[in-house]
Amino acid sequence: MIKFLAKGLFRDRSRSLLPILIIAVGVTITVLMYSWLMGFSVMFIEENARFDTGHVKIVTRAYNALIDQKPYDLGLLNVNEKIKTLSSEHPEVHWQPRIYFGGLLDLPDEDGETLSQGEVIGFGVDLFSDPFESELLNLQETLTKGSLPKKKGEILISEEVADKLGIGIDDLVTLIGSTMYGSMAMSNFTVKGMVRFGVQAMDRGAVIVDISDTRSFLDMEDSASEILGFLPKYNEKITFEISDTFNAEFNDENDEFSDIMTPLRKQSNMEFMLQSMDQRLGSFIFVFIFIMSLILWNSGLMNGIRRYGEIGVRLAIGESKGHIYRSLIVESILIGIAATILGTAIGLGLSYLLQYNGFDISSFMKNSDIIMGATMRAQVTPVSYYIGFIPGVLASVIGALFSGIGIYKRNTAQLFKELET
Amino acid sequence: MKKLITFTFIIFCSMVYAEYPDGNEILRQIDANMYAKSMISSSQMIVHGRRGSRTMKLKSWTEGDDRSFSEYLAPPKDAGTKMLKLEDKLWIYNPSADRTIQISGHMLRQSMMGSDISYEDMMEENELIEVYSAVTTGEEIVNDVSCWRLELTAITDDVPYRTKKVWIDKKKLIALKEERYGRSGKLLKTTEIHEVMQIDERWYPKRMIFKDVLKKGKGTEFIIDEIQFEADIPDSRFSKAALRK
Repeated sequence: MIKFLAKGLFRDRSRSLLPILIIAVGVTITVLMYSWLMGFSVMFIEENARFDTGHVKIVTRAYNALIDQKPYDLGLLNVNEKIKTLSSEHPEVHWQPRIYFGGLLDLPDEDGETLSQGEVIGFGVDLFSDPFESELLNLQETLTKGSLPKKKGEILISEEVADKLGIGIDDLVTLIGSTMYGSMAMSNFTVKGMVRFGVQAMDRGAVIVDISDTRSFLDMEDSASEILGFLPKYNEKITFEISDTFNAEFNDENDEFSDIMTPLRKQSNMEFMLQSMDQRLGSFIFVFIFIMSLILWNSGLMNGIRRYGEIGVRLAIGESKGHIYRSLIVESILIGIAATILGTAIGLGLSYLLQYNGFDISSFMKNSDIIMGATMRAQVTPVSYYIGFIPGVLASVIGALFSGIGIYKRNTAQLFKELET
Repeated sequence: MKKLITFTFIIFCSMVYAEYPDGNEILRQIDANMYAKSMISSSQMIVHGRRGSRTMKLKSWTEGDDRSFSEYLAPPKDAGTKMLKLEDKLWIYNPSADRTIQISGHMLRQSMMGSDISYEDMMEENELIEVYSAVTTGEEIVNDVSCWRLELTAITDDVPYRTKKVWIDKKKLIALKEERYGRSGKLLKTTEIHEVMQIDERWYPKRMIFKDVLKKGKGTEFIIDEIQFEADIPDSRFSKAALRK
């Protein structure tokens, strides 16, 4: 029967082409929208991870209590040894020390007197020994002038800071801050490049210095504010497992300078933000699929109603109502499956295109305080492969189920009246 | 009736405070004891932080209220750092960067070399009677010493602390304990003098502990090893050129 119905549908394009096209478009939009929203979720996590949280983060308990202030004087000691141990215990994780500091950037005049001065937020990251951080922070892409620092004593500053203080490439500037022990710290740097992250929170006053220079500037030899851990791909379960194992061994409630590891989800207000984002995305996906289902259900309904004349003739020549009803359902299943496969294939193709090429949203992010990248990407997940079947097959079959009920109300006498007209 | 109660209260307070010496007179005596036209001192500053203690050695030259110069001698990381105060301006010279920076605005409220003392505190060298009006509010025993308790209220606007409570040694006329309050009335800093020394006719603090109550840690100990009053200091000492020497 299925083969017979399939042949009928294939040969009579008026019964199959339009429904398949309508359902396929609906499924394509569903798959694309779902993958796009998943991409937003992954992007939110990854952007926060690379700039701030890592997939896991190690700090001292004292630092953790004041983590919003980034108090590097309460930072980690013996960092090299710690990273060595962590790397042997968790070789799949890339461990990266960072120092965050606040200070003043001072541009001197010819006599060494202050010409201009402004507050900056400093990032001490490994720029020389490992390309990981440069790639993670997309420094090459964010560079607007000059080049990346290649040797000690060189600094990257945000374009906005440079414009505000009148700093040019190769200018000598002085960073002023406090050492880890509170003494006044001053160090001279040559400005090698200017960056624009497209995020106001960063562009307002960021300076990027190699971690070895930062350590010597802040008297923080073998120390760091934080050690961030990055998995090859974010996996919440693994981050919790690694953190639990680490904390069982090193976290001591009685020692404020013992180390504590926190998975991304548990850091600052990430738990709340991710939860609320999951809820919003979930509601959005539900509402979208519901609306799409209504449309495709209606399409199934219309498809059934459109064939009332044909059904009447089939009843008149003696076909049973149950047989017609069942054949209508099987046809809708066949159309639904064919259209969903087509729609999912197109949706996945477009999603993969957006996953690898992304979509530039920098013009929308100019005044944003949220740490987000300038390129939005879709993310194809296993769910992307079957989410289209909900509106594609289920909704159109349910539409046929309802419209088919009309078959049982069909009256032969009424049919002949219709045929006469 | 209200007026009668207020009047009675004022009379009662006057009678109570009348038993104590005039606060402003005590301030004048403190100023006479503490302030010299010039002085040269060698001292140690021990910062008891959350991660241990750190000792810095410094030498200071002071002339009147307006001019002072300090040079850090130890530890090696801080050695060569110099500070110059001229009236209400403060410059810091850092030898590693070979730069002189003027500290101004909110930077003055920052901790000086990681201690519990701010740059603003360091610049507060005026005679007390010039900036505060005092009322003697009682007497108390501080570290087994009988003291007058004074409440000081600022009479000028440009002071870092609106009010202060000080406990003055009745005999040596030196503040053994001090509490400094912000504009909101919140306690910000405390100072306790644990040892005093006599130089000629003067009594002067030898060992004191400053504590920024908003900061964790055990405070900053300040020990004066040597002090010379009415010393001759050349004008060149208080110049920006001296910072780079």
